[in-house]
Amino acid sequence: MTTTLARSGRRPAALRSTVGRKQLMAVTGVLWFGFVFLHMVGMLKFFTGPESFDHYSHWLRTLFSPLFPHGWFLWLQRGGLTVALLLHIWAATSLTRQSRRARPVRYARTTNVQATYASRTMRWGGVIILLFIVYHLLDLSMGPANPGYVRGEVFRNTVASLERWPVAIAYLLAVGAVCLHLYHGVWSALQTMGANSPKRDAMIRRVSKTVGLLVFVGFASVPVAILLGYRG
Amino acid sequence: MRLTLKVWRQPKGATKGHFETYETDGVSPDMSFLEMLDVVNDRLTLDGQDPIAFDHDCREGICGTCGMVINGVAHGPERATTACQLHMRHFRDGDVIHIEPWRAAAFPVIKDLVVDRGALDRIMEAGGFVTAPTGAAPEAHSTLVPKEAADAAFEAAACIQCGACVAACPNASAMLFTAAKVAHLSRLPQGQPERYGRVVKMVATHDAAGFGNCTNIGECAAVCPKEIKLDTITALNRDVISSTLFQ
Ligand code: HEM
Ligand code: FES
Repeated sequence: MTTTLARSGRRPAALRSTVGRKQLMAVTGVLWFGFVFLHMVGMLKFFTGPESFDHYSHWLRTLFSPLFPHGWFLWLQRGGLTVALLLHIWAATSLTRQSRRARPVRYARTTNVQATYASRTMRWGGVIILLFIVYHLLDLSMGPANPGYVRGEVFRNTVASLERWPVAIAYLLAVGAVCLHLYHGVWSALQTMGANSPKRDAMIRRVSKTVGLLVFVGFASVPVAILLGYRG
Repeated sequence: MRLTLKVWRQPKGATKGHFETYETDGVSPDMSFLEMLDVVNDRLTLDGQDPIAFDHDCREGICGTCGMVINGVAHGPERATTACQLHMRHFRDGDVIHIEPWRAAAFPVIKDLVVDRGALDRIMEAGGFVTAPTGAAPEAHSTLVPKEAADAAFEAAACIQCGACVAACPNASAMLFTAAKVAHLSRLPQGQPERYGRVVKMVATHDAAGFGNCTNIGECAAVCPKEIKLDTITALNRDVISSTLFQ
């Protein structure tokens, strides 16, 4: 039988399509979600005091040693996350531009029937998170934006940065943006990857919201504790 | 009822339009929205003015020809209701009502509220069919269809191609339409042989027509007069993955 819906060239067409690019965004987003969640859990070690927190940071560098030499896993993770982030941003940008072109004349009046705030702010939220990541790396990972950064003294660096209240507030806002991004994003990624179903939908939405809020509460606890005077 | 209408007017062939305000009186709550516009048009015609152009055919909510954005919502404020089946009793005396065409690059305005939805036909031409020899109808039981599959396919096949999903989507994406047409066939045994070629071709045609990309906002399913659900898009996403990874 000859079919007019030939299969040749299907794979590249699927990957290039808006759906394929969205799936790239979902996969890279889920990778980052994994990192952010573990990072949040790690940051709770802040409450075990300076020695323990610094030791945790040191331990990160010994991960999978001796399978990988000292510090290699960390660099592998950094490389992976960087590539994932760039792909995520590339997909988001190219899809956003296509969507903008798709509606050149806007409505004079729009009414949202059911769209959530989180779902409508993914793009600007993403931009805020990106700016935060840059600042955050300069502050707590590399040091130039940190007052008197000392390599390896992670507890000290964290306190030195976040005891300035405007910085603490900025961190809280950024973590709020991450929370909103995940609140819609985790559900959205599963929907995009075809893992959702009418039966699972309510559960997946609940998990997505809970996970977003957990990430917020976990991260926010650090600047809040420092603002309240916690010093280990 | 007394109403103030703010209606998008765009002359044929023009690329720009504007809102025109019409005061209307004596509207019966039992009129449909389109009948209310008919009354306004009667007066405009008698006054020697150009009546408001809008699309309609069956006026029974089954053909998908009518469609306009009423106060920011495609087909207006009632759920699961086309503009032709929307009744004026859902408005209040003295209301100001904004009426706009579907707004999407892929749906150029022909005149006033009438848009060209041919892009949806091109998506259908790309794969919204099964390739089968024509001739006498086959024996009805030669291909058995499980009841659940028949019901699920029927749900998707309820799509009347009105374009409200595109109009409501913040990205002007036609993914709910495309997904309904894909699901309609992929849920039936007859749709299986061409299943994965079909989904990719229809999505590629959707993209090329200038529709935006779905960001899982869900406004489409919320305004769909036939209540096509968002999980039809989940199923489409799954078929796109299968077409790259497993087929
Ligand atoms: C209040 C919230 C946060 C605090 C207190 C915090 C704290 C820290 C600290 C102390 C480090 C350095 C760790 C080390 O060098 O061992 C770090 C690194 C990092 N953080 Fe955060 N973080 C927070 C939120 C976030 C969020 C929301 C993201 C992502 C969106 C993020 C992404 C990163 C990245 C990418 C690194 C670099 C890891 C590396 O150097 O390999 N952080 N953070
Ligand atoms: S005119 Fe046929 S659906 Fe409204």
